[in-house]
Amino acid sequence: MKRIDHAEASSHFIAETEHEAFHDRRLWDLRQKRDRESQTIPEWQALRDLASAIKEHTLTHLAGYLEQFEAKAKANGVQVHWALDAEEHNRIVHDILAARAVRTLVKSKSMLTEECELRPYLERRGIEVVETDLGERIQQLDDEPPSHIVVPAVHKLRGDVADVFTRTLGTDALNDDPHYLSEQQRVKTRPYFLKAEAGMTGGNFAVAETGGVVVCTNEGNADLSANVPPLFIASVGIEKLVPRLADLAVFVRLLSRSALGSPITQYTSHFRSPRDGGEMHIVLVDNGRAERLGMEKFWTSLKCIRCGACMNTCPVYRRSGGLSYGAVYSGPIGIILNPTHDLRKYSSLPFASTLNGSCTNVCPVKINIHEQIYHWRRIIAEHNQLPFVKKAAMKMAGRLLASPKMYRRSINVTDAAIEHLPRFLLYSRFNAWGRQREVPATPDQTFHAWYLKNRRMDGKTPS
Amino acid sequence: MSSRDMILEAVQRNQPPAAPLPEVPLFDDAAEPPLPRFKASLERMGGKLAEPSADADLAAWVAERYSGLRVLCSAVPEIAGTRRIEAAQAPKELEDVELAITRAAFAVAETGSIYLSERELIVNALGYLTQHLLVLLDPADIVGNLHHAFARPEFAEARYSVLMSGPSATADIEGVLIHGAQGVRSLTVALVAK
Ligand code: SF4
Repeated sequence: MKRIDHAEASSHFIAETEHEAFHDRRLWDLRQKRDRESQTIPEWQALRDLASAIKEHTLTHLAGYLEQFEAKAKANGVQVHWALDAEEHNRIVHDILAARAVRTLVKSKSMLTEECELRPYLERRGIEVVETDLGERIQQLDDEPPSHIVVPAVHKLRGDVADVFTRTLGTDALNDDPHYLSEQQRVKTRPYFLKAEAGMTGGNFAVAETGGVVVCTNEGNADLSANVPPLFIASVGIEKLVPRLADLAVFVRLLSRSALGSPITQYTSHFRSPRDGGEMHIVLVDNGRAERLGMEKFWTSLKCIRCGACMNTCPVYRRSGGLSYGAVYSGPIGIILNPTHDLRKYSSLPFASTLNGSCTNVCPVKINIHEQIYHWRRIIAEHNQLPFVKKAAMKMAGRLLASPKMYRRSINVTDAAIEHLPRFLLYSRFNAWGRQREVPATPDQTFHAWYLKNRRMDGKTPS
Repeated sequence: MSSRDMILEAVQRNQPPAAPLPEVPLFDDAAEPPLPRFKASLERMGGKLAEPSADADLAAWVAERYSGLRVLCSAVPEIAGTRRIEAAQAPKELEDVELAITRAAFAVAETGSIYLSERELIVNALGYLTQHLLVLLDPADIVGNLHHAFARPEFAEARYSVLMSGPSATADIEGVLIHGAQGVRSLTVALVAK
């Protein structure tokens, strides 16, 4: 598998200055909305602690909860399927559809089905698949993967959407008003809801005590997909389990506030049992999750509720765009998920981070994202998967950074030292994504000198 | 070995040491009266709150408020509409509905959400294929926050449950907020005691 070169890919995005500036602004705006909204909830930090603890409990008892969920769902009249990997997932879905002669499937956004590459699989077998989330539909029509897990087309400007719609839906080429474009999509998608023989969604949560699958959307397209056609399939990763409805409350309070800074999604739906005359299936998918559960440093990444907050806050993601990661999951969460699937292919991703820890600070389920990114760097170095240029730069930096004393001496020699050191490390052709950056001005005093002057009470010199 | 058993076996084998399940408090903020909070939250989510007077003729009130609409499908006894939901055989028949009328089982002040299930909608698609939605709500049925909402028996009993908070919305193109992305273009909650 070809190695993804994140720095190279992001240079194309950065070259489109208007897009990059808007992308950066829009996502930072989401981050600020998240901050404002979370500050209105006095128990915000308590909710994050609870969410983290509930997920850790569930994951450490996952086999039992999966069995409980399955038993409940079956008792509710739902047909439950298990898929070891993407291939089996796609086969199961296709078998269900083929057995009922389904020709058109309406779908709401699901990162799991992206991960499994379900759409091309079904299309190759003659089934028409229509994405019904606006952002996801834009990406489908443009033959691009989603660039963000919550707002799939966030890297596009209105003119880009107008171009795609003119080309594929025949809309007015001169009209790029978002209201017009959105209305066009509504009008063109509606006939599919009526004609489709099956609807499909992912699942944000699966509740063990009820056997229900919970789906959160703002457009209501999941509810249309599930409630209009006679057949409904929900694909759910095995890590989506929560034990009780009481736990669900914690996650629903956190999800949209973290994602978009809104108190809740417009629609939070709990599908427990098929409606009269309808059929409901749930496909529980592993695809590497059980294996990740056994990775001591990385299993807590399974707590992720896919809110996207870590992406919105990440300076590298905001400036490089989701497509530059060359993977289904981008941004900080993508950096820690993708290498478990293919270490070599994604070996550059853990370096697409400043390790500033902002992702960890906003994560509603308290995943230590930046620490996991750092662990991946070590693993990649140990497996000798470092790209050559990084290796060369690291070796030079390593000599200085390996010894805190030597490092301090080198920057204390002259006030201007910091300008020389990072310039050599960051701006040389050995570090591709340092090219677009400037380091902040040198502080008059180093932190170490400040610390010694102000905080050294114990008479010891920190090493 | 089936895929099911292989997955369960792998999960069992890889599960990290057991972590305890915390109790989830209700985070009561009983001090705040629910109705004003519900109104503010609903409006923030793009919904509208209406308060027809207690002695109003509801059918006339609806006819005036939605004077341009022709196909009114009702699921409540208080308002006849032009069509009864009980008469619908299949979801697709609701394709031409312009206004759907139902009653929420309860509402949530924190988020401005109303609760609907197949008991209130009769045909679930009613809440989505219609262009506009009018939901009656007894002001006595407003709970404070989502913890109280999920503690209600409805979620475990209904086949389909939705917390609906305002009309269908999207901000997928340049973050411009648009109502009526796929489902209803407008949602009005009318305070009408049961
Ligand atoms: S890692 Fe945390 S912040 Fe990032 S998407 Fe997952 S839950 Fe959200």
